[in-house]
Amino acid sequence: MSTIEERVKKIVIEQLGVKEDQVTANASFVDDLGADSLDTVELVMALEEEFETEIPDEEAEKITTVQQAVDYIKAHSKD
Amino acid sequence: MTQPLAGEIALVTGASRGIGAAIADTLAQAGATVIGTATSDAGAAAIGERMAAAGGHGRRLDVTDPAAVENLVDEIGKTFGAISVLVNNAGITRDQLLMRMKEEDFNVIIDTNLTSVFRTSKAVLRGMMKARKGRIISIASVVGVTGNPGQANYAAAKAGIIAFSKSLAREIGSRGITVNVVAPGFIDTDMTRALSSEQREGLMGQIALGRLGDASDIAHAVAFLASPQAAYITGETLHVNGGMYMP
Repeated sequence: MSTIEERVKKIVIEQLGVKEDQVTANASFVDDLGADSLDTVELVMALEEEFETEIPDEEAEKITTVQQAVDYIKAHSKD
Repeated sequence: MTQPLAGEIALVTGASRGIGAAIADTLAQAGATVIGTATSDAGAAAIGERMAAAGGHGRRLDVTDPAAVENLVDEIGKTFGAISVLVNNAGITRDQLLMRMKEEDFNVIIDTNLTSVFRTSKAVLRGMMKARKGRIISIASVVGVTGNPGQANYAAAKAGIIAFSKSLAREIGSRGITVNVVAPGFIDTDMTRALSSEQREGLMGQIALGRLGDASDIAHAVAFLASPQAAYITGETLHVNGGMYMP
């Protein structure tokens, strides 16, 4: 079983079409990984599906880096 | 017959009769798996019966009920696969001169004819974005562009559909999803038969082709916009009105 960090990283790579070494913990989806607003919406959708959780819009807005996504999932995920 | 829509899953709201029924039948003939909605169980059953041979199905849906819209989209996804073609056709009229129009007459038309398009479009977007393809086609009306006395509510809702579609087309074009509008003119349906004879005569005089349109004229325009051949058309309003109005 992959760790949460690995699973989040994999989703970010797939959704944003970036290289693995770009996806550092503090990488910003918009500023560092080139995501536009629709990309970030899709990223949250993909995280919701992978971790079977619902991320409310006001929480989703605060998730702007890889680490913030990992932290949110760790705090809210069922598994 | 060629089947340009083979493999597509199409949801058509308001498919019991008139333009919606013609659209559902035409998309099914083009190879799509069509789910047509009606407001009653009996209506849904009738759609299922009518379309059984063509591979179509009926479902009950009140487009003003957000939960019902989401549930139906989920159920279709599980039963048939993700919706790849959405046709927003359901609509009603409540005509009245503005001087006599009650606020409720205005609100119910906006809710049923315009907010419903927001609900269904939003519900199908997740699947379309994941698939990186999709077609959202909404049925507006020529009066949404020209205006019509007695239809301030209806015309406002239909104009709203056009602007909604242009905005959504800009939002999701990068995902291969197109959003278009078909604006029928004076089509021979129950809805237009309800117009007064003065209204009918006034309108007929303005139609270059000198006749009413048929529901199938609209259905063919929708089928074209749903097809792979229309991949580069988005944010567009296709007027199908016999030359009654030329933008």
